[in-house]
Parts: sequence; structure tokens; C-alpha cells
Amino acid sequence: MKTTKTNLNRRSFLKASVLSGGGMLLSVSWFTTAQGADKLPAEALPLPWVELNGYIQITPDNVIKLMCPNPEFGQNVMTSLPMILAEELDADWKNVVVDMAAHDGVKYGFQFTGGSQSVRAYWKPLRQAGASARHMLREAAAQAWGVPVEEVTTKAGTLSHASGKSATYGEMASKAATITVPKTAKLKTPADFSVVRHSKKNVEGKKVVTGKPLFGIDYEQPGMLLAMVQHPPAFGMKLKSFDASQALKMPGINAIFSFKVFEDGSERGMFETRTFNELVAIVGNSTWEVMNARKKLKVNWEPAPDFKEVLNMRGNKREEFTPGGLESTAAQFAKMDERAKQPATVLRKDGDPETAFKNAAQVLERTYTAPFLAHNTMEPMNCFAHVTADKALFVGPLQAPGLAEETLANRFGLPKDKVEIQMTRMGGGFGRRAYPHYMVEAGVISRQVKAPVKLVYTREDDMTYGIYRPMYTATYRAALDADKNLIGFHVKGGGIPEHPVHAHRFPAGAVANYLAEGWEIPSNITIGAFRAPRSNFNAAAEQSFLDELAELMGKDPFDLRLDLLKQAKANPVGKFNDYDADRYAGVLTLLREKSGWDKPENKAKNRGVAAYFCHNSYAGHVVEMTLRNGQPYVQKTYSAIDCGVVVNPDAARNMVEGAVVDGIGNALYGGLVQKEGVPEQTNFDRYRMIRHNEAPQHIEVHFVQNDIDPTGLGEPPFPPVFGAVANALYKTTGKRSYNQPFGREIDKRI
Amino acid sequence: MATITFTLNGKRKTLSVDPQMPLLWALRDTMGLKGTKYGCGIAQCGACTVHVNGVATRSCQLPMSAVASQQITTIEGLSVTGDHPVQKAWLEHDVAQCGYCQSGQIMSAASLLKTTPNPTAADIDGAMSGNICRCGTYTRIKAAIHSAAKK
Ligand code: FES
Ligand code: FES
Repeated sequence: MKTTKTNLNRRSFLKASVLSGGGMLLSVSWFTTAQGADKLPAEALPLPWVELNGYIQITPDNVIKLMCPNPEFGQNVMTSLPMILAEELDADWKNVVVDMAAHDGVKYGFQFTGGSQSVRAYWKPLRQAGASARHMLREAAAQAWGVPVEEVTTKAGTLSHASGKSATYGEMASKAATITVPKTAKLKTPADFSVVRHSKKNVEGKKVVTGKPLFGIDYEQPGMLLAMVQHPPAFGMKLKSFDASQALKMPGINAIFSFKVFEDGSERGMFETRTFNELVAIVGNSTWEVMNARKKLKVNWEPAPDFKEVLNMRGNKREEFTPGGLESTAAQFAKMDERAKQPATVLRKDGDPETAFKNAAQVLERTYTAPFLAHNTMEPMNCFAHVTADKALFVGPLQAPGLAEETLANRFGLPKDKVEIQMTRMGGGFGRRAYPHYMVEAGVISRQVKAPVKLVYTREDDMTYGIYRPMYTATYRAALDADKNLIGFHVKGGGIPEHPVHAHRFPAGAVANYLAEGWEIPSNITIGAFRAPRSNFNAAAEQSFLDELAELMGKDPFDLRLDLLKQAKANPVGKFNDYDADRYAGVLTLLREKSGWDKPENKAKNRGVAAYFCHNSYAGHVVEMTLRNGQPYVQKTYSAIDCGVVVNPDAARNMVEGAVVDGIGNALYGGLVQKEGVPEQTNFDRYRMIRHNEAPQHIEVHFVQNDIDPTGLGEPPFPPVFGAVANALYKTTGKRSYNQPFGREIDKRI
Repeated sequence: MATITFTLNGKRKTLSVDPQMPLLWALRDTMGLKGTKYGCGIAQCGACTVHVNGVATRSCQLPMSAVASQQITTIEGLSVTGDHPVQKAWLEHDVAQCGYCQSGQIMSAASLLKTTPNPTAADIDGAMSGNICRCGTYTRIKAAIHSAAKK
């Protein structure tokens, strides 16, 4: 048992926390009470925390601290993950305070925020942690009262016995901490949930609306220097030489030097990127001074050669080739066109697609394209680092602390337990902050200048030094017999530098003759996770193809999908179909009903539907569009989602609303264009983001009610928005849109 | 360097700073007020919105020389205990996702409501379209502004 006294002094509190082996506090945050108050009432302090397990600490006066293992980037895990703990612990949410855990792989695992995994991955461990702590408290009460443990009941943080005896969790906490942790503890049934499935307010809501320094970019330490990096102006260029003599004369400047992000010849680990591996660091006292000095820095760049490197994905090694050269978007599209005509890798084949297409009475063939997308998180990349010879501290916005730890330990030659990582709230992530290059950069700079450093990207740095959503294209073909039955389906997709095809997803499994193929063109433009990068392209292409197919077959778009799903269920083709046809159909059925799709008054509206399965969940949308001053405007949307148990319904709705808005924006406006390796969009004046006046007036969100363990929500609602927008656009303009961003096809100024 | 005196969140403040430095960096770096955010630096995103004499203004484009003798209010000074009607409405609607844009959104909304106590949807679009939210919380913001107007 560890009991730690803490007091109002922040520094000693921090120390005490570390000593307790309990949760580390971010030094910028104070406790967050579940009600969103700034801090605990003063009378509740000092607090001798009793730790029951890595996630749960309790004070004698019954304040319950729950640790959130995963970093928060707006998906509300700081509320929903502790809710899961509170549920099984049977805690009173009013007495709960929430704290963000620092990275601790032993205690909390990978702590990865991404891939719609947080709730899905932590659902069971958190329930176990809550239930086992509850068991220990009951056991303690049973011993204290001399009654059998089975007779001790709990409710809202109180233990009681039929004899009339009762105690708060706080009163039993010290004794409970001496009880052996049970191997397993009985979990509640969903029918008994009283916290989960009941909307709780964002625990950091009050801090957000009062401007508290929650984000990485807000973090400071005494003696900290401010750093920026200068990267090449184009993909395919590298550093040749630089002259810092003028810049060094500028006020407040401490050092200017070049450095390698990763050492030459090092293997590239998971989420490691070599976008621009040699940078020039500008280090000074303040943001403004560094920005000014940067303008005086003279740098010469030169073309970067082709290079080969070894990729080491957690032990799985392969060689990867990156070409040199300056790439332009127009030429890239032409190259993709050419490549698409060549043979590709067969990813899946069912039946005899060649014969089906040869015998077809009618073939529908359409090609879709999409450009690179920049993440544009509102908080640009940044990280605090203090690296010395024997240890390192990193504080910042990051999604994958478990993997970053490995990267940082390797890069700085330190054992993992000497690399401390604290996660701040993130001003958006969308996959971008899984790539720890900016943490490495901060660390190298700190080690060089022998001081704590905060590295900050400007918006321009952030947009032009990106890990973009790849460029994609796909050609879909459908073969119909004389009776307009679908007898063959073919998708051939490619991309720069990865292809988008998910070969085992719908409509695979529903068509007897099916072929999926992929090809790739390597590039020096770096790409990566982007709120389901491949899915958000596929859902646009495939769902808009199905819409056109339904029209050709004379079917309602819902009916076509539901008929195919019926076949996939009754008579699945192939063995590896990714999706559950019933859950897929369930989402479509709910969506059809809630949107009033079949009502005569809605038939005349410009409505488009799409539904998609990705990251283990099912989502569909109906969007309703008009033309406003000649430009498409989505007025109203309806969404249906099956993500299993919804932990925090209002927050889940918020995330779906966000996905709808973000999806409309990216589908209509998103796109990064390169000319000779230089991104044409460098800031929000040229990169068009969806704004208030373009957001729907009305977004309606419905969840399928079931008791399936949560399957994830961050990504799934995003991709089908693209498809629904494409289909509504057709209704609105009478023309199909095949190339993202769709808005640009209608109005070149977009 | 110049000596500049102004009012910050109701208190007189004198700073010796580069007169060219935007107010945003004086707030964040010199005065340690981190509530006002950096998003673009070119008056395109609204993350840095503060009130200058009550009017929503992008602090990233406002040099300190222009701040002399002005009344500046930041998110930290919008209300003493964080209970400005706009802040309350934001909590009621649980608007925030990542939250990064929200200081700026709140400052724009508070300024709108001062001049237009009962804004229409079009008024809101007009006043708020300079504030980007990548998380897509616009529809909730609109609802929250309508609620705040009723307070
Ligand atoms: S930072 Fe000022 S408007 Fe974007
Ligand atoms: S809440 Fe994330 S940018 Fe607005």
C-alpha cells in the first residue's frame, strides 16, 4: 500500500505523485473534477491518496481520482475512459476527479489514441480495474464488519450491509489497499450500467472555456528556450549550406545549427518518417524573436537523391525505396493514369470475373481521384523537450506515446525508463500526431543547446512539412446481365505512395465474381494516418459508384445496398469478408427510417446516402443539399451509427457531428496541390477549410442500440460523409463528381 | 523597444516591447496568458481573437504599437469566474471537442452578442465565419450562441 501526503504546493505535489508511483500530473494542469470545476474545494486538501491500482486512488474523505490512460485530442476520452472505471467501481461521478496519466507502458500499455481504438482497447482493462477495486473495497468492509463479502453491497461510492452498517469508499480505502488484488472480478451486465450510457459533460470543459493552458503549445518551464526549424521548401530537396551570420545578430537569438532528425543509416521504425531529415534549428528566447531571426537566415538547398532504407515495423523488416525529384500534382495525376493501365497486384479474386465481364450485357466503369490532404490540426505541431546525457523529458501533444518512447529511447541512446513522456491535451490530431519526428527534433535541439526547449511549428511549417492523406485513384467496374443483375464487380485502385483498396470489404462477399487489385507509385512526399485515409477515399468512390449502379439497375440506393447485404449474409462469397452484414444492414435500416427517406415529401429533395464499415464500426449518412449562390451547400444531415455500446452519448454525438462537418469540408474543399515539390497551399488563405456559414443547420445523429462491446467511433462516421456528399451533389447539379475536392469541379475558385 | 501602456482585462499594464510584435505573442510569451491561441498568424482562423475596446480583433495581426491606450480583453478576462453567458452556454451544449479554437470562438461570439443581442443564423454566420474549427463544432456553437442570447 502506498499512501502519499500531498499539499497545496504544486512542486511538492508533483514530487509526491511521482514517488507514489501513481499518476504523474502534467505540470500545466490541476485536477479536473468530473463536474468541470477548476479545482477541488480547498478544504479537501491536502489529500492523502490511497492507490488501489494504477487507475484508481481514493482519499479518506471519498474523493476518487481516476486516471485516463490515453491522450485527449477532442474525442473526449478524458471523460469516457474514466466513466468506464467509475461504472465498475460504482463510484459517485460527483466525487470523481480525473487526471491524465503520463506514459507508463507497464501500467497502462501503449496508450495509443488513434485508429478508433481508445475505448475499444481499454473497455475490458478499465472495467476489470474498476471491478477489482470495488471487490477490494467490499472485502475490506466485510473484514471490518465481520460479515461475508457477498453481503456487502455498493452504491455510488458507499458500502453497506443489511445490518445497517455503512461506510464510504474513502473510509475503507486504506484497508482495501492491503487486500490482495483479485485475478478477475465480476463485471456488471449492460442492463445495470448507471454511468456508462448516461451523458457526462466534458471533464475539461470549464478549463477550455476559460482559456487554461492545457495544450502542448502552452507548456512552459523556467529557463526554457523557444525553437523553430527550417525545412526544405520542396519535397525532393535537401540542405546544402546555410549562412546564419545575420540571423545570429538578431535580438534574443541563442543558437542556429543544422541537425539530422534521425541518424544516417538508422532503421526506420513504426510511425517514424524521413520527410526532411536534415533541418536548421533556430533557437531563441521567444516566438517573435525566433520568427524574425528566421527571416534573416540564408539557406541553400539542393536536390535530394533517391534513397533506400530499412523499415523495421516491430521486427518485420523490409527495404523501402524513395525516389528523388520534384513532383507536381498535374504530372502525378498523369502518372497515375498511365500506371492504372498496367497490371496490378491481385488482392482478392472470387469466381471468374473475367468471364462475367466478357458475358455482361452492360458494364459500368468509373474512375475516381483524390488529392493529398493536409491535417491542419488547429494547434500546429510542437513539443517540449529536455534531454541530458542520462535522461529525457518530453511534454507535448502526441497520439502514440508507447511507440514514441521506443523511437526516442533509440534516438537518444537512453534506456526506456529514462525517457519520460507526458501527454498534454492536443489541439486536434486526426492521425498527424502519431508521427514523433517533431518530438525527436525538439529532443535533438535541447541536447545541443543544453537547455529545456519548446519546438513550435508555424502554420506554414505545419502545412508544408506534412504527413498527408495520400493521393488516390480507383476504377470501379460492374457487370450486369440482361436482367440487370449484378454478376461481376472489379475494383482496381492505386495511389501515391500507397493504394487504397480494402479487398475484403463490402461489396466483396456479395458478388459471385469479384476482383480487387492494387498498385502503388513511390514518392518522396510523406503520407500517413488521416482519420481513416484509405477508407475516406474508398467511401467516396465506392459509395458513389454504388449510387450510379443503383440508378442504372433502376433500384433505390438503399435497396441495392440492402439486397447485396442480404446475399452476403445468406450466401457469402469467399471466407474473409471483413464486415458483419447484419450490423451493416441495421445501420442502413435505421438511417432510412430516421431520415424519412421513403416519404414522398423527401423524394423531391436533393438527398444523397452512403454507408460504410471501417475501424470495426458501421456508419451511414443522408445529406440534403441545395445550391446557394451557385455553390453546393449541405443544409441538413442524418446519421446512423453502430459502434456497439455508446459510453458517453452526448459526446459521441458531438464527435459524429464533427465528422459530418469535417467530411463535408474535406469532400468539397480539401486538397493540397504541389508544383515542383512545393505545396501551393501554405496557410488558411489558400487551403480552404469549411467555415461556420458552410456547416449544416441541422445534424441529426442516431445510434443502433445493442450490447456489443464498443467498437470505436473516431474514424467510422467520417468516410461515408464523402460518399453521401457526392451522391447529393449529383441530385443537386445533375452531374456526377468523380474528382475530389468536388467543389473545385463546380467552381474553379474553390 | 518601446514602452506601451494599455488596459489588460481591466488592469493597467505597461510593457517594454518591440512595437512591431503582434499582441498575440506579447500575451502568450511576455505576459504568460496562454488562453489566446496561435492558429495561422495571418488573420485567417480566429484562434487568436481578443476584444479591443469590446470589438473582436485578431491579435496575431495587431502590432503592440496599435495597442497603446486601448482596452484589451482576453479569454482570461472575459469574466472573473468563467461564468460569462457565452461560457455558460458553451458548457451547457458541451461544445468543445479538442477545444483549441474555442477561446477564439467564445471571444467572437461574446463580441457579436454585445452589438447584436438576438442574432439570426445569418448574423452568426457573418460574425463567426472567420473562426475555423477543424473538429467541426459549428452546429453546436450556433446553438450555444442562441442559448447565450436568451440569458
Ligand atoms: S492566429 Fe490570428 S487569425 Fe489565426
Ligand atoms: S474544437 Fe478542435 S478546432 Fe475547434
